[in-house]
Amino acid sequence: MTLLSVRDLTVKFAMRDQNLTALNKISFDLAKGERLGIVGESGAGKSITGFSLMKLLSHPGFIDSGQILLEGEDLIELSDARMRAIRGNRMAMIFQDPMVTLNPVLTIGQQMVETLRAHRKLSESDAKQISIVKLREVYIPSPEERLDQYPHELSGGMRQRIVIAIALLLDPQLIIADEPTTALDVTIQADIMDLLLELCQSNKVGLILITHDLGVVSQMTERLLVMYAGKIIEAGRTREIINDPQHPYTQGLINALPQQTEPGRPLKQIPGNMPSLSAIPTGCPFNPRCEYALDHCRTTPPEIVRYGNVEVACHEVSRLNAERSEEQGA
Amino acid sequence: MTELKNTQPLLELRSLEKHFDLDRGFLETIKFRGGKIVRESRQVHAVNDITLNVDRGEALCVVGESGCGKSTVARLIAGLLTPSSGEIHYDGVRIDNGSRSDIMSLRKKMQMIFQNPYASLNPRMTIQQALEEPVRYHNKSFSKGEVQDKVADVMRSVGVDPSWAKRYPHEFSGGQRQRIAIARALTVDPEFIIADEPISALDVSIQAQVLNLMLEAKNQRGLTYLFITHDLSVVQHFGTRVAVLYLGSVCELAETATLFENPKHPYTRALLSAVPQLKDDHPNHIRLKGEIPTPINLPQGCPFESRCAFANDRCKVEQPKPLLQTDGSIVACHAVEEDRLES
Repeated sequence: MTLLSVRDLTVKFAMRDQNLTALNKISFDLAKGERLGIVGESGAGKSITGFSLMKLLSHPGFIDSGQILLEGEDLIELSDARMRAIRGNRMAMIFQDPMVTLNPVLTIGQQMVETLRAHRKLSESDAKQISIVKLREVYIPSPEERLDQYPHELSGGMRQRIVIAIALLLDPQLIIADEPTTALDVTIQADIMDLLLELCQSNKVGLILITHDLGVVSQMTERLLVMYAGKIIEAGRTREIINDPQHPYTQGLINALPQQTEPGRPLKQIPGNMPSLSAIPTGCPFNPRCEYALDHCRTTPPEIVRYGNVEVACHEVSRLNAERSEEQGA
Repeated sequence: MTELKNTQPLLELRSLEKHFDLDRGFLETIKFRGGKIVRESRQVHAVNDITLNVDRGEALCVVGESGCGKSTVARLIAGLLTPSSGEIHYDGVRIDNGSRSDIMSLRKKMQMIFQNPYASLNPRMTIQQALEEPVRYHNKSFSKGEVQDKVADVMRSVGVDPSWAKRYPHEFSGGQRQRIAIARALTVDPEFIIADEPISALDVSIQAQVLNLMLEAKNQRGLTYLFITHDLSVVQHFGTRVAVLYLGSVCELAETATLFENPKHPYTRALLSAVPQLKDDHPNHIRLKGEIPTPINLPQGCPFESRCAFANDRCKVEQPKPLLQTDGSIVACHAVEEDRLES
């Protein structure tokens, strides 16, 4: 069963003299209870994707064309009031920095009760009871006391657990988590990821995990999208992409990790930088940094097409793959 | 030859401590406790009794989570903070109690690279000005041409085109800025570099570029590094030795390969197991109880006791001493000492 279906989503930013394309015809599907990872470097458009799905883009960004179908209903067509009823209720978002997400002048209890009562007809004490249950689900010790505390009284890991509890308050079908653990330490990150995984599996909640960390997506998600300069350049099962990446950029990202090189040897770096939105190269956006680029890569943008078990946007994917298997054979 | 090198470490930290006062003024120290007015001042114990050597030519990595004191250690060594007690010796000379001019001349030998290249470059100075300033200060005899040549040289060596020298920092990307920050550290030909999370603010593909640059500089110039980071995969790649810090104390100090093959301290084990691996389908990470306690009122026993699965009564009351193990690593843990851990 498809939960979310995104079709040719294009997002632009209205600048003074031109419209910059931040997302260029993004399409993907998410099944019920499925966990999808979106990876890429800064400027790839992964956070914009998350914001667009929640319709949280603010000026100058706007959705130019495409469809976001949540169980067949196009979110782009919905009025603000209808969208508010969906946000937090059927889909919820978790952001990177819990200190910014939580309101510093309201207690945890006030924020949870407010969210619940905005969507459901509940008495204050019932809402409190539900809040306590949810806090217990995310392993917050003595949740009754936490309700009366302010965000600054809690540690970073605890705050992010509370943000997750708030996201889960109304039993959404989909959670979009944008770098949920980037601001946290590794041991806390591991805890939060375990928790997210457990909650998604036991409640059959769909997850879109946006991150730059390939290790995290590889442990958390079933399917993966790799983004570059506003486009999806590789999509498929996570394990498959991690074990045998097809796009030269995905290969570069994985090979650049220190654990892929013998200690002390130079790392395999990708030359250059991610292009800025105002200067996306013609042809394949990756061509100036790609060591395999040919003439047509510089002129014609590649479409994303099925190749083996994955989808790849690269003109030369079959040639490169043949060359690699030859190398390995030799 | 090697023995000669080993007798004199480049940098020595002896029982280094740093406390920060939380209640600074007289009025802040006045508290109302149990019906009485008392005077009480709280301190943050950022660094507690750290003893470490850095040998010439090595890259000592200091790892730990936020609040463990790793940046404080870096700042103490660089002379940006004064220790509460203990000594720092550089090349056999005590440096922590020197005058300002002593510290300034030391900066020619010891340079620092910071985490955020957006904050560490002056936005109102061109790259040329930012890079020339340290050269001119430390080489008063250089002519204008010599200074410019030096700067152009260093810019080329970090892969920044010297013709961009007239530009301002905002015209560069994060990775380029970090290269420029590294260039600025290298312009005075230092022998020792303190790098405080130099690649944490950068993207993966850019991290590789900057890390390669630092490795190259190490090999070509024979630099010694103190590398502060929280990223263990970088440590494994870059470090020759690793010091693991927890709540301001060193809990394990070992050769990099030894540490990753055979971590001993329960905290090191948990830390290593928490790193998300690319190809491991079944993460089997050791869950730690709770979170890092505050460094304000340190526990009297082992700092890790409250989260440790192997803690017993002795750990609650007695702080473990760093002990030398058979494979050369140094571990501060009662459970390791008593051989209570199953390996």
